[in-house]
Amino acid sequence: MSIDMAQFHQVFFEESFEGLDIMESGLLNMQPGAVDSEEINSIFRAAHSIKGGAGTFGFMDISGFTHVMETLLDEMRDGRREVTAEAVDALLQSVDILRDMLTKSQDGQDIDKETAKQQQDILEAILANKTGADSSATADAPAPAASDSTAAQAITQEEQTGWKIVFRPHQNILRTGNDPYRILRELAELGDVEARCDTSLLPSLDAFEEEDFYLSWEVFLHTMVDRPVIDEIFEWVEDECDIAIVPIVSEVAVEAAAEPVAPVTPAQSAAEAAENKVSPIKPAAKAAAKKSSTASKGGGSIRVDTAKIDSLINMVGELVITQSMLGMLGEDFDMSRVEKLNEGLSQLERHTRELQESVMQIRMLPISFTFSRFPRLVHDLSLKMGKKIDLKMIGEDTEVDKTVIEKIGDPLVHLVRNSLDHGIEMPEDRVAAGKPETGTIKLIASHKGGNIVIEIHDDGKGLDRDRILSKAIEKGVISDAANMSDKQIYELIFEPGFSTADQISDVSGRGVGMDVVRRNIYELGGGIEIDSNPGQGSAIIIRLPLTLAILDGQSIRVGDETYIVPLVSIIESIQVKPEMVNMVAGKGETFKLRDEYLPVLRMHEVFGIPNPKSTRLEDGLLVVVEGDGGKCGLFVDELLGQHQVVIKSLETNYGKVEGASGATILGDGSVALILDVPDMMRLSRKIIPEHFLKSA
Amino acid sequence: MTEQAVDTETDVKEKNPHLDEVGDQYLTFNLAGEDYGIDILRVQEIRGWDDATRLPNAPDYVKGVVNIRGTIVPVYDLRQKFNLEFKDYDQNTVVIVIKVASKGNYKSVGIVVDGVSDVLHGAHIEITQSPDFGAEMITDAISGLATFDRKMVVLIDVDRLLVDSEEASNEDSAAEEGAEE
Amino acid sequence: MATILAVDDSASMRQMVSFTLKGAGYDVVEAVDGVDALNKAKGQSVNLVITDVNMPNMDGITLIAELRKLPAYKFTPLLMLTTESAPEKKAAGKAAGATGWIVKPFNPDQLLATVKKVAG
Repeated sequence: MSIDMAQFHQVFFEESFEGLDIMESGLLNMQPGAVDSEEINSIFRAAHSIKGGAGTFGFMDISGFTHVMETLLDEMRDGRREVTAEAVDALLQSVDILRDMLTKSQDGQDIDKETAKQQQDILEAILANKTGADSSATADAPAPAASDSTAAQAITQEEQTGWKIVFRPHQNILRTGNDPYRILRELAELGDVEARCDTSLLPSLDAFEEEDFYLSWEVFLHTMVDRPVIDEIFEWVEDECDIAIVPIVSEVAVEAAAEPVAPVTPAQSAAEAAENKVSPIKPAAKAAAKKSSTASKGGGSIRVDTAKIDSLINMVGELVITQSMLGMLGEDFDMSRVEKLNEGLSQLERHTRELQESVMQIRMLPISFTFSRFPRLVHDLSLKMGKKIDLKMIGEDTEVDKTVIEKIGDPLVHLVRNSLDHGIEMPEDRVAAGKPETGTIKLIASHKGGNIVIEIHDDGKGLDRDRILSKAIEKGVISDAANMSDKQIYELIFEPGFSTADQISDVSGRGVGMDVVRRNIYELGGGIEIDSNPGQGSAIIIRLPLTLAILDGQSIRVGDETYIVPLVSIIESIQVKPEMVNMVAGKGETFKLRDEYLPVLRMHEVFGIPNPKSTRLEDGLLVVVEGDGGKCGLFVDELLGQHQVVIKSLETNYGKVEGASGATILGDGSVALILDVPDMMRLSRKIIPEHFLKSA
Repeated sequence: MTEQAVDTETDVKEKNPHLDEVGDQYLTFNLAGEDYGIDILRVQEIRGWDDATRLPNAPDYVKGVVNIRGTIVPVYDLRQKFNLEFKDYDQNTVVIVIKVASKGNYKSVGIVVDGVSDVLHGAHIEITQSPDFGAEMITDAISGLATFDRKMVVLIDVDRLLVDSEEASNEDSAAEEGAEE
Repeated sequence: MATILAVDDSASMRQMVSFTLKGAGYDVVEAVDGVDALNKAKGQSVNLVITDVNMPNMDGITLIAELRKLPAYKFTPLLMLTTESAPEKKAAGKAAGATGWIVKPFNPDQLLATVKKVAG
């Protein structure tokens, strides 16, 4: 039977990436000289598992590379090797390379053998540079034990036609679970055998111990096979028996001396020579592997607690019961049973809601999955920049939808790098400013009112308001700063084409701007704010919806058409009074909301909806929404209810619809479009460009 | 947000393992007096016309989107698409939901036709290569000509039927973005 | 057909072993470490145990020693899965009462051949 191993690959990759995380966080925690044996053991086991799995599933390069790491870790956990910063750093680098190798293998691409070889050489050099203790025992090639071929046949010329095997199991052989008859069977499979049993050691019945074994045999194998084949059959039991294996030769006068099977020894392997040239690995070779999200294969998978699945199964069971109850009711229904019907229906609603919440819960993962990369990032970058930085992470077990986890990673990395690079000062500068030498970056995740809030706080030098302002004016982002609060000025850094770094540092400036970060966050349906205290530090606050598959929406009606507006984008809904509205010459209308002037978007015009109920603003409603960094008012006929809607894709079968971010299916089975508020905002800017608003 | 869709590529392929094959049975339909045939393996279902939700600012041959067992499917009016005279919808109007290959994936789309008729078996019909013929706009999608019962049926390659409408919808959105920046 | 207890903390290895053996008609019980395995072995009768060596909570060698203390498992074949061809691991296993070992990496056919020899 041939089994396709590919079906196990996915699980192997997932658990290997998890193992790499364990290794990385374990290594980061290791202090040179200290030996927390459980910590090292778990790092070792992770490497060991990856090596074993890689070998079993055919990823030999990965297996070989991991083997060297494992050897080094084995020595450390046994106490045969001191834990040095050099070794830990080399192992950390190896983790990166291994991650890259795994990612590439998972995506079906070729791995970077050269970088791997370079790193392997470094590890082997460390292995060779030991203080004391011999190294031959562990630096093995993973070949199965080969029997040592000391089988010098003292027989010349005559032809060997078989083997005579004397097999004397020790009395206790059964206690190892080995069965002498099995061994005989295996010998019999090799060819033509005859056997003579020696029962001379059988004791009398009253002395007979049933757990002991007393028989032995002389087996004549009249088929020529190679000696190792026979050795292999006895491999497991060589300590529990006496064996003599002797060739049978035709025309033989003298038998060669019986040779006991020598204990099997592994091939002696010399420790890798320290003369291996160790070329420094270029810093750029540090693998930029992303966390495995199997994006290339589509789909991806989640590890789910079996307890969650069990409770789901229970809930489905309840649902089935309710459904069959309703079914029975429906069979002979009359009005006297209407109360039961209502009961049943509300039960149905309850069960369905519970089921929905539970299923949604399954997609929720703790944000530690995203946060986990930051200790390493901060560690490496702070070393690189010569700064001292302490990273505090709070709320790591805050749960977030899987998609959010996948997509918020890169923007967060950019923001943290930014804090590291431009926020936290060099140690000398901090001391000069009366601050502690070590800067602090706090990553905080929490649930607030139906949203996930992620905050990045640093106690660095804060944002330079004047510099941002002058840069913004210089780049034409704004024309003047009239009426701009400090916060609004700080948020200019999210505008496209903006960078206050004097040189693009390779750490954070490389073309990936803050505007991309903000856009990514908007695409997730969230928002981002920044605030700062000069000299004290900065804070970035990101809000994200709890889930991307379900939306809390406000239904609105324009003409005969129903649209859904995401609740998270709605600021308020107001009745328009004519005196609030202004015409901007030749462009459109604006209305005054407290101290701001906002553009009005007539939905029926923008969407070409026939038969709107109201064309005069006072007859309809204005739904004030916020998106893409601005606010506008949507003019609609009426507000319908608020409900949770399931987001369905328009792009699967059609494509992007301007103004819509998706669609949903209403209770009557018809389709309603979900408004894309940032799109609406952009549309409104086309009608009334932003600078017209200021002068209104 | 394609992950919200019910029919992923793998789903589609699992439910319709023969999608990549070309069958030899054709569903024939009538449009503006002509008979057309499409590969039956690409036919997902046949429905009567029911109101579709309008897509704002879409070309007029895009009638809107409908809900087909939880998936959002666009409906195209073939008469309007190929500049034939528009016919009002009545209880005989039929929407054929077909699977169309697009960018390595399969999309479900609905096409409004006048009516459907028989399924033709390849073995019983004679298929020849066709020159330009029939409603001119459909020409690009023609894959052959079949004769059956002395009727002429124009065989259509569904993948080429709606190609330019796809490009058009992409262009529309690309143009919008271009204009903004 | 025989019941086999497969013990490994790596899910992919467990799955592969389980799939291979079930496909050949064996009943397979899985355990994630020595403690789990010991509980399962006590709870039901198992004809063969295949265990990885390096596992958290209780490693394979300790598991083998513990199993041998149970009357029901005095003579049961207990096999170690090991990537180490180092003699001291095998020796330690044998001292604990292991029947033999299977060296990783192995392919399904090797696994099946060994299991067939030992469990029939």
